[in-house]
Amino acid sequence: MGINFRQETFRDDYSFKNSPEQIRRFPFPFPEDKYMYSVNIEPHVPGLKDTVFEHLFDVDEHYISEMQDRALVLAEDPLRCQSLPHMELAGWDTLELLMTEKAKSYPDLFTLTRDGDKWHWINRPLGIDDHFTFGDSSTLPYGPLEYITRQSQGDFAVLDQRDNNLWMDAGIVTTQADWSLDFDIGMNFFEWHAPVPLAHQMGVFTRALKFLMAMQQGQPSRRHNWTMTINSRLDTSPENFHKWGTDRATVTPENVGQKVHLRVEVQMFFRLPRSNALLFPIRCYLLKMDELVTSPKWARRFHRVLRDLPNELAEYKGLVRYRPTVVEWLSKYDDGAPTSAGLGPD
Amino acid sequence: MTMLSRPVYGVLTPQTGKNHLLIADADGASAITDFAKKAPPGFFASAEIMYLDGPDGAKNVQALKALSPARFYQGPSIAAALPRLRQLLAESHMGLRLYVAGTEGLIGQIVQIANEAGIEYTAVQTEHRGSLARRVQCVHCKGITENVTTQPCTCAHCGLLLLVRDHYSRRYAAFQGVCINAEDPTEIPPTEEIFR
Ligand code: HEM
Repeated sequence: MGINFRQETFRDDYSFKNSPEQIRRFPFPFPEDKYMYSVNIEPHVPGLKDTVFEHLFDVDEHYISEMQDRALVLAEDPLRCQSLPHMELAGWDTLELLMTEKAKSYPDLFTLTRDGDKWHWINRPLGIDDHFTFGDSSTLPYGPLEYITRQSQGDFAVLDQRDNNLWMDAGIVTTQADWSLDFDIGMNFFEWHAPVPLAHQMGVFTRALKFLMAMQQGQPSRRHNWTMTINSRLDTSPENFHKWGTDRATVTPENVGQKVHLRVEVQMFFRLPRSNALLFPIRCYLLKMDELVTSPKWARRFHRVLRDLPNELAEYKGLVRYRPTVVEWLSKYDDGAPTSAGLGPD
Repeated sequence: MTMLSRPVYGVLTPQTGKNHLLIADADGASAITDFAKKAPPGFFASAEIMYLDGPDGAKNVQALKALSPARFYQGPSIAAALPRLRQLLAESHMGLRLYVAGTEGLIGQIVQIANEAGIEYTAVQTEHRGSLARRVQCVHCKGITENVTTQPCTCAHCGLLLLVRDHYSRRYAAFQGVCINAEDPTEIPPTEEIFR
């Protein structure tokens, strides 16, 4: 198999880009030519070849560079990774799930050897070879959650389940679509979702919470979310908004193709065995507009989605300033032909 | 639709129990005197009242003293009252009933301190009285600006011009402030006095 890991940046000179194979496997999130919030949850079943759903936890060509970017964010702001004291066990659950799945899916990259609670973990792409005692944090350089998620693409929220609700009591968040773990930690499902427009009134969150609370171990689920990002910046945090906000004012008809990205989150839900917590990985994929339009179907569909997006959503997602420029640019790729069913690029 | 992360305040109602702690600022004192009219006879014999002066100094102190609580404390600020409050909460075990009345900033901070002592926010009786001034946490520098009455406001720590959101964190006892002109720093929206 052999993944060709790219050496690239998500800041400063923004050298990030996708290979043609990576473009084909991009998790395009729109099943229709329009978009509105819904309870879009489906089973997270591995096995779909040449998609990001081939394995439970996708490792791709951006792995090493994304992990380097995460390390930079954490060095600047350690509050991006937090765990309330009662979440330690859920941290070990997370470490176990990620190590066992990675080793199973990518045996040439990761190896886990277990002898009782004496574990040996080898991560070849990142050059890590560690022996530690499962359950004993003093044998790791970081807490279990931080240790394994510094080696796993995407953000992770860990939710404690009690009092008929989910509580955001731990997480690592460095590739987020403009929300703050530090501010939201300790909140329940309705509280951290409070800023989202329309969905509360539509009953989306009440139904979604009911589903999540009943989730069983071994039956993970997933959903898509999306927004847009100017320049290939992973860390679009509110903390740094005063530094990246001006990017939104730099979009011109000439630079849309390279500067403007569709940002898709594959969000997954796993029930954890010991803690009964819920693990919520939020995996972020970026696609340049130039890359998107290599699929005529995606180009047509995204043009229509963006053009007809309700204003409340455009405002919430922060697209208002550059949406007209991008819609105009995309319109050149939309001849009005119908789009085929399904998500694939055709 | 109101922001679901914002606390909901009620009206102080007497709880059964043998150990009551009532905390109020200058604006909240009247909520306690109103509450006293509903309280069963002898209620204040097992109660402490902590009174914290507001930004404009003390007000209504005599009316609270006239309730003859078992203990009466008057302090100049939450910060000054903190050691006493922490000890009371630590020694209270399960039986303590906690009531807080006054500005949102006072209620938020007492709920925060109580939570650190193991008392769930749902177990605290709260009543909002007086000013709508907000405690605002700057999401950028993390500093907290007290008594914010304007939209936008200026962060007292890093100086950024902040949009005061309705998104509220119980853990910080603060609303979130986010740079209002991050997309174009030359845009300076007018400042309006709205949290009064
Ligand atoms: C339990 C795991 C989940 C976590 C930790 C989570 C977390 C979040 C956070 C932090 C935000 C940003 C809110 C803000 O503006 O500050 C958000 C947005 C949102 N969430 Fe969730 N969420 C979860 C599950 C779900 C589920 C199951 C659904 C629906 C089926 C959902 C629907 C949404 C929607 C529609 C938005 C707005 C996104 C946008 O328009 O860009 N979430 N979520």
